Amino acid sequence: MVCAPFTYHRPSSLRQAIALLQRLGEEAKVLAGGQSLIPVMKMRLAQPQHLIDLGGIQGLSYIREARGAVRIGALTTHAEVEASDLLKRRLPVLAETASLIGDMQVRNRGTIGGSVAHADPAADYPATLLALDARFKVVGPEGTRTVPASQFFPGPFTAALKPGEVVTEVQVPLPPQGSGASYQKFANKASRFAVVGVCAFISLNARGTIRSARLGVTGAADHPFRATAAEEALQGARPEERVFQRASRLVTQGVECVADVHGSAEYRAWLCQVLARRALETALARARGG
Amino acid sequence: MLCNIQVTVNGRSYASAVEPRLLLVHYLRDVLGLTGTHIGCDTSQCGACTVLLNGKAVKSCTVFAVQADGGIILTVEGLAKDGKLHPVQEGFWEEHGLQCGFCTPGMIMASYALLQRNPNPTEAEIRHALEGNLCRCTGYQNIVRAVQWASRQMAETQPTPAPRRRAGRRSR
Amino acid sequence: MVISKLVGARIKRKEDPRLITGGGTYTDDVRLPGMLYMAVLRSPHAHARIKRIDLGKALSHPGVVAALTGEEVKQVCDPIPALGPIEGMKLALRPPLAVGKVTHVGEGVVALVAESRYQARDALDLVEVEYEPLPANVDPERAMRRGAPVIHEHLKTNLAYSIKQSVGDVEGAFQRAAGTVKARLVEQRLIPLAMECRAVVAHYEPGPGTLTIWNTTQNPHVLRGFLASMLHLPENRIRVIAPDVGGGFGSKIDTYPEEALAALFSIRLGRPVKWAEERMENFQATIHGRGQLQEIEVAYDQDGGITALRVRIWADLGAYCQTFTHAIPTLTLTMLNGPYKIPNLAWELYGVYTNKTPTDAYRGAGRPEATYLLERALDLVAHRLGRDPTEVRRRNFIPKDAFPYKTAVGTVYDSGDYEGALDKVLRLANYTALRREQQERLQRGDRKLLGIGLSTFVEICGFAPNMPDNATVRVEPTGSVTVFTGTSPHGQGEETAFAQIVAEELGVPMEDITVVHGDTLTTPQGYGTLGSRTLPVGGTAVYQAAKTVKEKAVQLAAHLLKVTPDKVSYEGGRFFVEDIPDRKVSWKEVAEKAYSPPPELPADFEPGLLATVYFKPSNFTFPFGAHIAVVEVDRETGDVQVVNYFAVDDCGHRINPLLVEGQLHGGIAQGIAQDLYEEVVYDQNGQLLTNSLMNYAVPNPAMLPSYTLEASVTPTPVNPLGAKGVGELGTIGATPAVVNAVADALKPLGVDPAQVQMACTPERVWRLIQQAQRRRR
Repeated sequence: MVCAPFTYHRPSSLRQAIALLQRLGEEAKVLAGGQSLIPVMKMRLAQPQHLIDLGGIQGLSYIREARGAVRIGALTTHAEVEASDLLKRRLPVLAETASLIGDMQVRNRGTIGGSVAHADPAADYPATLLALDARFKVVGPEGTRTVPASQFFPGPFTAALKPGEVVTEVQVPLPPQGSGASYQKFANKASRFAVVGVCAFISLNARGTIRSARLGVTGAADHPFRATAAEEALQGARPEERVFQRASRLVTQGVECVADVHGSAEYRAWLCQVLARRALETALARARGG
Repeated sequence: MLCNIQVTVNGRSYASAVEPRLLLVHYLRDVLGLTGTHIGCDTSQCGACTVLLNGKAVKSCTVFAVQADGGIILTVEGLAKDGKLHPVQEGFWEEHGLQCGFCTPGMIMASYALLQRNPNPTEAEIRHALEGNLCRCTGYQNIVRAVQWASRQMAETQPTPAPRRRAGRRSR
Repeated sequence: MVISKLVGARIKRKEDPRLITGGGTYTDDVRLPGMLYMAVLRSPHAHARIKRIDLGKALSHPGVVAALTGEEVKQVCDPIPALGPIEGMKLALRPPLAVGKVTHVGEGVVALVAESRYQARDALDLVEVEYEPLPANVDPERAMRRGAPVIHEHLKTNLAYSIKQSVGDVEGAFQRAAGTVKARLVEQRLIPLAMECRAVVAHYEPGPGTLTIWNTTQNPHVLRGFLASMLHLPENRIRVIAPDVGGGFGSKIDTYPEEALAALFSIRLGRPVKWAEERMENFQATIHGRGQLQEIEVAYDQDGGITALRVRIWADLGAYCQTFTHAIPTLTLTMLNGPYKIPNLAWELYGVYTNKTPTDAYRGAGRPEATYLLERALDLVAHRLGRDPTEVRRRNFIPKDAFPYKTAVGTVYDSGDYEGALDKVLRLANYTALRREQQERLQRGDRKLLGIGLSTFVEICGFAPNMPDNATVRVEPTGSVTVFTGTSPHGQGEETAFAQIVAEELGVPMEDITVVHGDTLTTPQGYGTLGSRTLPVGGTAVYQAAKTVKEKAVQLAAHLLKVTPDKVSYEGGRFFVEDIPDRKVSWKEVAEKAYSPPPELPADFEPGLLATVYFKPSNFTFPFGAHIAVVEVDRETGDVQVVNYFAVDDCGHRINPLLVEGQLHGGIAQGIAQDLYEEVVYDQNGQLLTNSLMNYAVPNPAMLPSYTLEASVTPTPVNPLGAKGVGELGTIGATPAVVNAVADALKPLGVDPAQVQMACTPERVWRLIQQAQRRRR
């Protein structure tokens, strides 16, 4: 397979990259790890005139803890997230999620910034980043801003980026004591994307009831979403089977599930329910365990 | 517009002017004539094109040659040293880990990458690490054995052998 | 032939050193000076008239050298032939490019060549084609009804052929039956998906007027003959080379349009032309496998004895008859008896054209379809009678002492011990313990249900009495040996297996033997590698040629040793005379003398030490076995995983058990793949929805189990090797075993086993569970 021709740019600084993006406008696409973009270019579903490769920019690949959050540089690969000791200690669910993306080779090239900017409705990261209430640091011609995950995925393959903007960092707040999270993925057996993936985050208060809970869902709808109705049902409740079951049933409330050869809308809705319950159960066990 | 790139492949340095859209796999095969790396799908599933780029297993059909500029690449042709097969290659031979041989270069490179990272993988770890490599001939059992064979062999030739999790071979 | 230290040994493959170092040569690795690259524009429609084709822009694109349309090709090239059409059938042969009309998504419309791969691809986007879409036939059962849009108008119908027959007293048996069961089963279409896509390099040299074709083919000689007739060239001016071939599984038996198109361009332009299929093209332009809709009705007595079968099959042929498209479903009919002595059978088979990619041979080719419908039906009978599936099988097996056995459908089985294989696999799997675990899980209410599925089966292999094959064994003057075979491997390891046979017979070291295959210039006319025939037919020819050479060598040695041949012994590379150990002559000396005969040899001694032998088997071979699949079904999501797989297979004598096990592993894997993962899906307009590996799930290493194998050995009397062939055995056994296991797991939930269909995808299984639960409420 052969991509359509394009002009290649390899800026050495973020500023240069943004200037290029601004100048080239719609004709340009940003290339990070390329694991999503290159396949669609090979199929000629995308035929950008210009490709701006961020690979020449130093300092965008890191995982560090600062000011109550783990900060992950946009060009950090899935493999680096998967293997990070810091994440395994502080946010194991994120390393776990990364380990389920694609396959070893894809994880070696694909980046967290590229993944969230590509906003594939069946990608794994969005579910977990939604549940962890992550924020994305975005740099553009008008400066820097941060966008909460809950506002970052408005539609299919659409990230809340303005023209000329680039995701530079993913910020994940460190959860308080007594928290736990779990990502449950039902993989498309062909592509390894999620048919449905649900990440549950639970934080318990001292009495053992649920202080807060968040559920991020991918694969089910045309964009990743937070299951707010389910979250409300959990808030303040005792973490027990009945509550989890009720909450799980609310995951797809108001959501239109998508259908394709890997699952009808009805089946996806069912998977949301099953995976949400499993994710909640595991998250609870983890919250209690530490 | 052509771009100049410089890469080191199997220890040898190459400078080429390439179209930016040239895929690394086409660069290796058509420009350098290294046809050991194969193309088995268009969509990054099959892993036949797996090579090591800067020490990491990648699918060379999903990397532009320009992205590899300045990089160090290892392909299946560069694995044997001085006519001596690498233990991973030997393992595939010993355990009948290949039939038609088409997926084999990618399978060997992915296995090599796995053993660099995890010298003593369990069967489940091997199967997980090779999820990005498809084989239509073997049903994978002998590929798993091949990687286990290589793992044992490499442990024996290491100065400080890694602890062996499992002794002996599984019964057939 | 006796099993000795070489034959029957687990010998590492001779092929591997080149393949594990990147030193193999596959077709797309062939590069010739001045080579052009071909690309094919394919139809986006399932069924449409071609109104207009404009090549102007494409031809003026940089690097583009020439282009061809179907109308142009038609003037100089005939459609692709089909082998052995069924008498009276309506034959729709495939033209290399569509003429007037496209009949399936992916059918070639325009071919063009350019200086580079990339330029050729770019130019495809510049070809303008105007289509008038027509309604499409997707379902074979509907396509044969009156009023369905006719695909090939000159045939006036989509029904290519129908076969209706019966033996015994089927009606009477159904009337007298203690009970009957009925099922409608789907053999979904599959993508064969050899890891190497197809490719061709065509090189016409105007001087000598020869055309050389490198191709990903399983049978170079058949391709040569087809090309000669299509292109009107003398066969002896065409040389077909099958270099290393990256798997085939049947899909590379066919001659395809691109071989002819590349040849046409090369002839016209005097330059070599390469075409390499892309994977997404492969999904549309290479044959599909299976594609049958089956109805089966079974009459049984109160002990579970099967007294009659009624079978009705709709075969989805796709848009054209390729090499064996029409013949594959008829193989299902030859094996309707399976390993059982069913006396009364009636069958109907409808071969129907549809607006889809043609189907043809895919590993098993017609026989998994037979095994599947029988084994599913036997389980239904067992379920109805409340008996263990093993009991019903034992009740119906053809007994061990009944061979050769002519089944009611008329097929003559060579040898077998079906109950022996069943006993073995039950022990191997520890069947009783598995059943116990299954009950324990149920009592505990585990989320994951255990299912145990059985398949006892026999297949028809070793093609065929009307497809002889050959070998030349040539001892070179230095004593090394070259073997030439008309079979054409693509992963089976016959360079090793054939070398073993020759090494054993001639006492020559393995490393001194070279096996040459896949080149019509050097190897004698053969039928290639398909239908599990390579060893039983081609291997037998090798064995017999080696024997002939050996006899001549003994004769020559006798002359040199001045004794009669009966006094000559041969061991360790030396001929010697019994009782006079120093009177000896080495293999090498004999080889040398064969080509430079000393004066003392009789005048009528023909120099040389080589032999060519054709072997024509008297019958097919009938390998068999018994498999047990153990699956876990997640009762919440419907997800199925095969957790254990036990297989006892009998392919007669095993020349190299390592290779046999490799074939079985891969075969079982492909069976499991059909059972659980793979399924070609077309929408109602004939659009191919599963068009890449993004949406067609070929199992990766984490999706398949380890296999536990044990051999059963019942030699065939059909050839002196006693070998039956093993390439398809695993697939044929596995296809029903896993689905029976899924049905078994779901029974306690109230799911009707007859409703379980391939592929047992999570959603399909989940729906069955949901329906059963709704019924129970």
